[in-house]
Amino acid sequence: MKRLWLSVLVLVGGLFGGTALAQGVTLHISCGAVGQELTLCKQETQAWAQKTGNKVVVISTPRSTTDRLALYQQQLGAQSDSVDVYQIDVTYPGILGSYFIDLSKYFSKSDLANYIPAYVKNDQFQGKQIAVPWFADAGVLYYRTDLLKKYGYSNPPQTWDELTKMAQKIQAGERAAGNDKFWGYVWQGNSYEGLTCDALEWVYSYGGGTIVDAQGNITIDNAKAAQAINMAKSWVGTISPPGVLSYQEEDARGVWQAGNAAFMRNWPYAYALGQGDKSPIKGKFNITVLPKASTADGQHAATLGGWQLAVSRFSKHPAEAADLVKYLTSKQVEIERAVQGSYEPSWPSLYTNPQVTAKYPFFARLQPVFENAVARPSTATRDKYNQVSSAFWTAVHNVLAGQAQANQALAGLAQQLKRIKGTGW
Amino acid sequence: MQQTAVNKRRPERGMSLENRRARTAWLFLAPSLIVVLLVAGYPLFRTLQLSLTQTSLLQFPLKSQFVGLLNFKFLLQDGQWWRSVENTVVFTVVSVSAETILGLGIAMLVNAKFPGRGAMRTAMLIPWAIPTVVSAQMWRWMYNDVYGVINDILMKLHLTDKAYAWLANPKLMLPAVISVDVWKTTPFMALLLLAGLQSIPNELYEAARVDGATPWQNFVRVTLPLLRPALLVALIFRTLDALRVFDAIYVMTGTNPNTMSMAVYARQQLVDFGALGYGSAMSVGIFVIIGLFVVIYVVSLGVEVD
Amino acid sequence: MRRRGVSAFLTNVAFAILVVLVFIYLVFPFFWAISSSLKTQNQLFATPLVYWPPVPQWHNYVQVFTDQPFARNLLNSLIVAGLTTLLALLIGGTAAYALGRIRFRGKRTIFYGILGVSMFPQIAILGGMFVLIRTLHFYNTWWGLILSYMVFTLPFTVWVLTSFVREIPRELEEAAFVDGASPIQSLTRVLLPVMAPGLVTAGLLAFIQAWNEFLFALTFTVDNSSRTVPVAIALFSGASQFELPWAQIMAASVIVTVPLIILVLVFQQRIVAGLTAGAVKG
Repeated sequence: MKRLWLSVLVLVGGLFGGTALAQGVTLHISCGAVGQELTLCKQETQAWAQKTGNKVVVISTPRSTTDRLALYQQQLGAQSDSVDVYQIDVTYPGILGSYFIDLSKYFSKSDLANYIPAYVKNDQFQGKQIAVPWFADAGVLYYRTDLLKKYGYSNPPQTWDELTKMAQKIQAGERAAGNDKFWGYVWQGNSYEGLTCDALEWVYSYGGGTIVDAQGNITIDNAKAAQAINMAKSWVGTISPPGVLSYQEEDARGVWQAGNAAFMRNWPYAYALGQGDKSPIKGKFNITVLPKASTADGQHAATLGGWQLAVSRFSKHPAEAADLVKYLTSKQVEIERAVQGSYEPSWPSLYTNPQVTAKYPFFARLQPVFENAVARPSTATRDKYNQVSSAFWTAVHNVLAGQAQANQALAGLAQQLKRIKGTGW
Repeated sequence: MQQTAVNKRRPERGMSLENRRARTAWLFLAPSLIVVLLVAGYPLFRTLQLSLTQTSLLQFPLKSQFVGLLNFKFLLQDGQWWRSVENTVVFTVVSVSAETILGLGIAMLVNAKFPGRGAMRTAMLIPWAIPTVVSAQMWRWMYNDVYGVINDILMKLHLTDKAYAWLANPKLMLPAVISVDVWKTTPFMALLLLAGLQSIPNELYEAARVDGATPWQNFVRVTLPLLRPALLVALIFRTLDALRVFDAIYVMTGTNPNTMSMAVYARQQLVDFGALGYGSAMSVGIFVIIGLFVVIYVVSLGVEVD
Repeated sequence: MRRRGVSAFLTNVAFAILVVLVFIYLVFPFFWAISSSLKTQNQLFATPLVYWPPVPQWHNYVQVFTDQPFARNLLNSLIVAGLTTLLALLIGGTAAYALGRIRFRGKRTIFYGILGVSMFPQIAILGGMFVLIRTLHFYNTWWGLILSYMVFTLPFTVWVLTSFVREIPRELEEAAFVDGASPIQSLTRVLLPVMAPGLVTAGLLAFIQAWNEFLFALTFTVDNSSRTVPVAIALFSGASQFELPWAQIMAASVIVTVPLIILVLVFQQRIVAGLTAGAVKG
């Protein structure tokens, strides 16, 4: 009976001019956790389902990226078809790449040219386009406009040296004024992936490379990188609280949003929260690109975050799944997501789109951030990326905690990376 | 133990009865054995099998190569592994000792009659009732150096004059994590010991009182010996759990080498690095170390099976 | 005479202080959870600290139920933890009887074999368990969770109950034996009532273990038809990946302790009663 139906469907499909989609399949997509992200995801996938006559079941996954990775690994490792479309973190393509289908069959070169190039490159695995960028994320500098003005600064810091000096002055002033819990600069220093993001920004802004370069050479053992990490070490306990070494995103935001910090490194999500109705710092801060080193080859840097969509190789309906991915990453949907949920689009052109900037003027400020974005070396190091990243954050954390010297730690790190690399990534 | 002495004095019964009893025993054991074999058999077999191979979960199709005991050789040479063994053993010894002492104290307290005992009995279980994933996160915030409540209280009581970064200072990290575990699992200990305390017949205390024993003598001569079976079970299971500690450490300090436990390291290998072979070998290593602890308990404290 | 009165008074005061200190140690973090659950976003981070919000935000509790299918998650948790406990007590109880009462060959091996199952870290058996659950078609069902939870509840129950069974005076059973009772009759009629405090204790501990389990629950379920509370809480999120909706998470955590408090209150008598001398003598 079923088979009969199928053949009828195929026949009908063939008759109606090769719209290769067999009608009425059910797809499973893993989206973000509950809340707004999930609501948006449901809304968008339902729109696609109605348009195409298919069904979509949305599966919510944990907020924490490590929990998500563990879950995906179990499902994919067991060759389970329980999920067709996966929402994957920017570091997963290298790790899980072999479990996803090549999407270049469904996305032409000109289609892909619409997206932020750094992501498109990041989403390639062994020459295949295994994912398409969905929404972007990158490290930004938050600064208190009111405090800068109060202490006589008209512009946010351009270099790390400026940031350090401004933070020192503001911190000293605010403490003298009675807030003994005030700190100059907060960021993410816990030993976890977030520290890799922060430290990559320091190292790259000093011209110290990206730990492992695009060709797979280990480049981290250099004087500029050591200089960058030493700079960060000098902050701990002076302009940054000693506890910063245990901070993740929300810990930093906690200090910042209570008005207890002059500067913060974080992802753009903290913007909308800080401008919330009862926020003590509402209307008193802005965002900009992270500072660069004051050396000649210093450059601004922002570590790329963000999420991609990929299709499982165990999916029974790859064509429909790819079509769903195409729909979700289309211009119209990305505008909706930006306007309704303040998700940064993966289309660079949308950062100046009037519909988007009318609702969120700060999006215009994000464009230069993405122009300076630097990807973690997950493409080059492939399935060993997590090992590389963990070795890197551990070495950096050791230096920051005063348990090792920067140059020695980096030399040791390079040795360790060589062992991890073995005969090749 | 008293009980065994009684057993031995009992006259032997006829063979047929022995056989019949043995058959009953196996009948009674069957459901448990079937479930254990079903649930644990395949996963454990798979772990053992994988530990002899080099397998990466991150490559499809899976490539699995038999390497013999190579993973175990690497394990013995892995400095980070030994560091995590050390962390875990320190964690276990300190937390289990503290939990035992506190748990015994709380159990005896709750066993005594005083107003508000009911409230205390309920309160005693609360720390254990909050999911670890959540309570570890909660403690992380309470430990925060700027807006954490622990620093605030310590400073208000003038016990310290400056805020400590509990989870960032390499020297304070492990103690901070241990105290969360003690808070969290003392109720487990207390409840098991309470049940043990309550199975001690009152006459024994009354007899001791007639003999004019002090409370301390009461405790050493009556309570402790009779509490031994409950105490042993509680100790073994707490030790087993502590040696496998994962959530609390993972949530609070991540993979920081100063606090990383064996299970956190194994998870990093198995999940983050997709190294099924090496991670499984590490799991077998954890099994061996836990087994060692059990043997120590059995030998030094004399767990009676029969 | 008077000195004894004074020292008794002092002992009582010391005792009271001790009780209060222990109580604070156990309960303060829970108090902090309740207070956090009633705060606004900004009060959570405020300095100086807000110990109790002037205007409690009760809607955090309402949101837990309206924004997500938390009621369903609670039901799943109750059923999974409840059935896990019942099953563990039932088959663990009979096994404990055999191990604690009957002498037979191979007992030691089985006793330690059962313990050995819980010597592997949970993450190590996750992969194998996933395959097993899928093979049995238990994926995304209560049964998958109940079965996998046997891995940690059963060894524990067997050991605890065995130690209880062994402490029960043999005379009780022998009396029944003389009366011509079968082993099953002696188990149900004589031992079971005496074992009640042990069963309640082991059951309560097994229930909480199953109630709090996260890793298996995360891996073996995909949607809210079978998702349990700890996973549901881990899925709470704000507008973005990084934001922790802390007040809601705390509200949910307070809510999940309520069924456990009720359980304790219900079984209070059982736990309190213990074994009176009279009961043992039967």
